[in-house]
Amino acid sequence: MIGLQHYLSVAAILFALSVAGIFINRRNLILLLMCIELMLLAVNFNFVAFSRYLGDETGQVFVFFILTVAAAEAAIGLAILVVLFRNRRSINVQELDSMKG
Amino acid sequence: MHNVHLAIVLAPLFAAIVAGLFGRQIGRAGAHWITILAVAVSFVLSALVLKYLYWDGGAPDNYSVYTWAVSDGLRMEVGFLIDRLTALMMVVVTFVSLMVHIYTIGYMHDDPGYQRFFSYISLFTFSMLMLVMSNNFLQLFFGWEAVGLMSYLLIGFWFKRESAIFANLKAFLVNRVGDFGFILGIAGIVMFTNSLDYAEVFSRAESIAGQSVQITAGTSWNAITLICILLFIGAMGKSAQAPLHVWLPDSMEGPTPISALIHAATMVTAGIFMVARMSPLFELSETALGVVLLIGALTAFLMGLIGIVQNDIKRVVAYSTLSQLGYMTVALGASAYSAAIFHLMTHAFFKALLFLAAGSVIIALHHEQDIRKMGGLRKYMPITYWTALVGSLALIGFPGTSGFFSKDALIEAVRESHWHGQGLIYWIAYLSVLLGVFVTALYTFRMFFLVFHGEERTDRRTRSHLHESPAVVTVPLILLAIPSAIIGWITIEPVLFGGFFGDGILVMERHDVLARIGEAFRGSGRFILHSLQGPVVWLSLAGVGTAWFLYLKRPDLSGVIRGRLAGLYDVLDRKLFFDDLYIKGFAAGGRSLGQFLWKVGDELMIDGAAVNGTAQSIRLFAGVLRRVQTGYLYDYAFAMIIGLTLFLGWLLWVN
Repeated sequence: MIGLQHYLSVAAILFALSVAGIFINRRNLILLLMCIELMLLAVNFNFVAFSRYLGDETGQVFVFFILTVAAAEAAIGLAILVVLFRNRRSINVQELDSMKG
Repeated sequence: MHNVHLAIVLAPLFAAIVAGLFGRQIGRAGAHWITILAVAVSFVLSALVLKYLYWDGGAPDNYSVYTWAVSDGLRMEVGFLIDRLTALMMVVVTFVSLMVHIYTIGYMHDDPGYQRFFSYISLFTFSMLMLVMSNNFLQLFFGWEAVGLMSYLLIGFWFKRESAIFANLKAFLVNRVGDFGFILGIAGIVMFTNSLDYAEVFSRAESIAGQSVQITAGTSWNAITLICILLFIGAMGKSAQAPLHVWLPDSMEGPTPISALIHAATMVTAGIFMVARMSPLFELSETALGVVLLIGALTAFLMGLIGIVQNDIKRVVAYSTLSQLGYMTVALGASAYSAAIFHLMTHAFFKALLFLAAGSVIIALHHEQDIRKMGGLRKYMPITYWTALVGSLALIGFPGTSGFFSKDALIEAVRESHWHGQGLIYWIAYLSVLLGVFVTALYTFRMFFLVFHGEERTDRRTRSHLHESPAVVTVPLILLAIPSAIIGWITIEPVLFGGFFGDGILVMERHDVLARIGEAFRGSGRFILHSLQGPVVWLSLAGVGTAWFLYLKRPDLSGVIRGRLAGLYDVLDRKLFFDDLYIKGFAAGGRSLGQFLWKVGDELMIDGAAVNGTAQSIRLFAGVLRRVQTGYLYDYAFAMIIGLTLFLGWLLWVN
């Protein structure tokens, strides 16, 4: 029987993977965006799992909202990425250090 | 009469403002005409006031003109107290000032600061008049400070000369020391009486005398003694008594008319006048009078000694002023206030005369002031010669001259002041004034012989156009020579023994030495005969004789004596080390303290540690922190995660 803890484990693994992706990836900005999306999905996973577990449908409704917002965010993120590429001819994360103190 | 009093004060002020602010518009002649007219008006009106008070038997006037402020019952007013003491001072001040004004036309003839000079001396006269006519301590203090300020401006009149700037700063600072005592004295009076008005303070003097003050725990001072000594410290500053005398010889850096004005009529006499005015207070404290007596005696004798070794003609006269001021102070200390004021008056005439004569010599020699480079001027400058002779004779107290009467009466008064006890103070005072007579005669005639007699040590070029000074110089000399010669003869009886000052000066029966002398007084002629039996006249003649022998008969001897007494000569030449003490001790000490506070307190502590230190430490801290700001997104994200983890961990741990 697949219980709550299995879902939560999968979500935690997904979250950890995305965090690791953010740290380890030093090249590609697109990968970074993808990792963030993955993080959101991991959280959504928790929502859905708890929703089923508690028998409350509200959690699943929230997932829809979050997915919508995430889609919009991804669109904006990609647009920024395009502009950035046009300006700097590169999406290498290691080169993006203008915030350096 | 009230309008007359106001006019006397305001005329010089008005002229000073016009000459000072509109000097360019009214021109040189305009500047001297308006100021001379104003001072002449003051003089004539002052003489009228004196006539009204003395010959017409008018009553003294004491009234307030304007109330400046009232604070907690303490009235700060401008007011006049016009009695005979004031009137006499007013006449002396305005007369000498008038002579100096006229003389200045000649002396400052081609000085670019002509109008400014006239403005200053008029303002000086105004300040002095405010001081003597005041009926309260506040106005006295105003006049006191105003003459200090004017002397500062006038001594530094030639402000491009470094020595003049040094001298005026010195005068100002030394006076500040005295004024500090003075204002503390006034504060003491306000503390005990809550009043600034003379009449009110004097009426409560007895009650002050009964109280005592603790300055530091355990020491108890009689209040009146303390107040009197503090007031006298003020007088020591203004009237240049040792050890606050050092500014006066240096004030010679100013133009000569100023020296005459400062030394004869204004400024230095302020202290003497003030003590005489405060006689109801001083009379109550024999301790304070003892201090006055001692300081005066030391000044009279020691400053005379220094005068012997000076070579600058004006400095010799300056040291004689110091010495004569010492005499006046001695008289104050012996409770012979009238004698002090009498000597002040005669001294004003002959000292102004001597200064102006010295100035006349200086003009003739094209601003040469060294008496070693003069000599034999008698035949070139007859008027200056004869007037200077009158002045010198008056200064040494030659029988019959004005100085004789005042100085002889004064010494007599000191001799009679047995109430000081037969102890040390009495003998120091008496011997100082007695030996001072010899010293006075010696330095006066040393200068006189070196300048007017003997071989001509002037260089040939100067000698070729040596001539008598113009009339604007010689007329004041003659006008001053007349009172210098005769005024003592006429005025000794009323001023000293006739109760001239009335209630203006208060002397306790026990202290009244002048009354005791007065009992034996039988007219001026007898006074001269009587004094021939005493040592004073002979001492002064001996002084003249010594000067004649050393500087005319055997000029070579003075060098020999100087060689023999090299140590003593050096001590006198260095002015008894007062200047060294002040300049190397107090001034240098003050400077190094300032240097220390500047370097350590300001630069190191405040600038270094507090201000720049804060900035430095922030910079250091920021320098470390900026390394955290790599600019890489993943580092920030990492930091966020770590932070989140720690925060969650903390929450769990707490729960």
